[in-house]
Amino acid sequence: MLQLIMNDILGTPAILIGLFALIGLLLQRKNSADVVSGTLKTVMGFVIIGAGAAVLIGSLDIFGKMFDHAFNVQGVIPNNEAIVAAAQSEYGTTTALIMVFGMLFNILLARITPFKYIFLTGHHTLFMACLLAVTLSVGGLAGAPLILVGSIILGLCMVLFPALLQPYVRQITGSDDFAVGHFGSIGYFVSANVGKWFGNKEKTTEDIKVPQSLGFLRDTSVAVSLTMTLFFIVVALFAGQEYVETTLSNGSNFLVFSFIQAITFAAGVYIILAGVRMLIAEIVPAFQGIADKLVPNTKPALDVPIVFPFAPNAVIIGFLFSFFAGLLAMFLLPVLGLSVIVPGLVPHFFTGAAAGVFGNITGGRRGAMLGAFANGLIISFIPAILLVLLGDIGFSGTTFGDSDFGVVGILILSIMKFLGFA
Amino acid sequence: MKIMVVCGNGLGSSFIMELNVKKALKELGKTAEVGHTDLTSAKSEQADIFIGAADIMSQLDDGNRTIVNLENMMSIPEIKSKLEPHLV
Repeated sequence: MLQLIMNDILGTPAILIGLFALIGLLLQRKNSADVVSGTLKTVMGFVIIGAGAAVLIGSLDIFGKMFDHAFNVQGVIPNNEAIVAAAQSEYGTTTALIMVFGMLFNILLARITPFKYIFLTGHHTLFMACLLAVTLSVGGLAGAPLILVGSIILGLCMVLFPALLQPYVRQITGSDDFAVGHFGSIGYFVSANVGKWFGNKEKTTEDIKVPQSLGFLRDTSVAVSLTMTLFFIVVALFAGQEYVETTLSNGSNFLVFSFIQAITFAAGVYIILAGVRMLIAEIVPAFQGIADKLVPNTKPALDVPIVFPFAPNAVIIGFLFSFFAGLLAMFLLPVLGLSVIVPGLVPHFFTGAAAGVFGNITGGRRGAMLGAFANGLIISFIPAILLVLLGDIGFSGTTFGDSDFGVVGILILSIMKFLGFA
Repeated sequence: MKIMVVCGNGLGSSFIMELNVKKALKELGKTAEVGHTDLTSAKSEQADIFIGAADIMSQLDDGNRTIVNLENMMSIPEIKSKLEPHLV
């Protein structure tokens, strides 16, 4: 009986997360219909994430083989959804526990420290929990100490990163009502400082005409499909028709095959996002409800697009300059002996756009351009360095995208190595 | 009455907006079914009102949808004033 509870019930991450949702729903005194549907949807969300991973990993594997054959170097596509989904089979339980206890530490820290933030970007909480589960495990921790250390670090990330950005968020939004809770903070912080040194905040991006036609890339599915198609086709051309058709595509045309694989990757991301959406739908309101009861007068820390409407031009400029830096870095990385980090439109659009908004508020046009460029370099080099430290733990071909995941991961692994754990 | 909240990823900001729309409805004393999703899915969704940040909603505007643009996603007064004309 104990075996059943410990291994099969609590050891199955989908059920574990479902239990947390159930407790959350009961605490909110929801009616029985809401409790049943909310719990079932949460479990289903977790299962959908796994299904999306299965779709995506096949195409990622093919991309890796083609890239390796073409250039004799590893090509990596940083994608949070992909790596988190891939890691769930092995680290799912640890991730779920760190996520939930991390939220409790967030509430505790908001209560006892001056950092009164409640981090409501649930998918980033999940991704950071996963990064901590993986890096601390690789670093040599296991069992209860792993969960405890992971949860404390997650709780710290959930208040410290919003606190780091708040002075700039106040300027951007003209209010102190809410914060930015998004784990690309280091990129935005650097961007704001680059803007401060090199820019002039009087010359704001919002006084110039910027074509808004690139707005369609805000749609994640379109952006992933487009990038992956471009990269798949280019890599297939370099790998050569003969190689692709004899070893990978079973004889079907190499370009058609590459196009379908690219769209398969995007479909995998779409499925994972749908799963994540269902998974966090019950957990975030419960977390917010509990936090509001226990800690009054906190600021909600919210996903980064919350700042986009304040400077729509800076969003487009930031994306372009971040992506441009990503393309440059792609050629620089192998020279330094690092893996090639394929710049994704999605990470560059979201974090580059935000870096543009932060750079503009301190340094106007020049701040938005240079700051976003700095962000683009950060989200290219940091994942490459993280990859070196993490080694091959079974998710080759993808890694965490946004800056804070990489920085926290690199810090943890370096400290664990220094202390002699790893 | 169904209201669909939209953002690029269908995760973070649309979710927060959904919670805010529900608060706004409560203050207005109205009831509606509220959900959130990403742009791609929204294009094939049926809803009476689509609501989201001003910088992406133009992509949903095909002339047949009721679109509500928000400048400040966190402003309950703004949500209330923009939603109210469309509510039955």
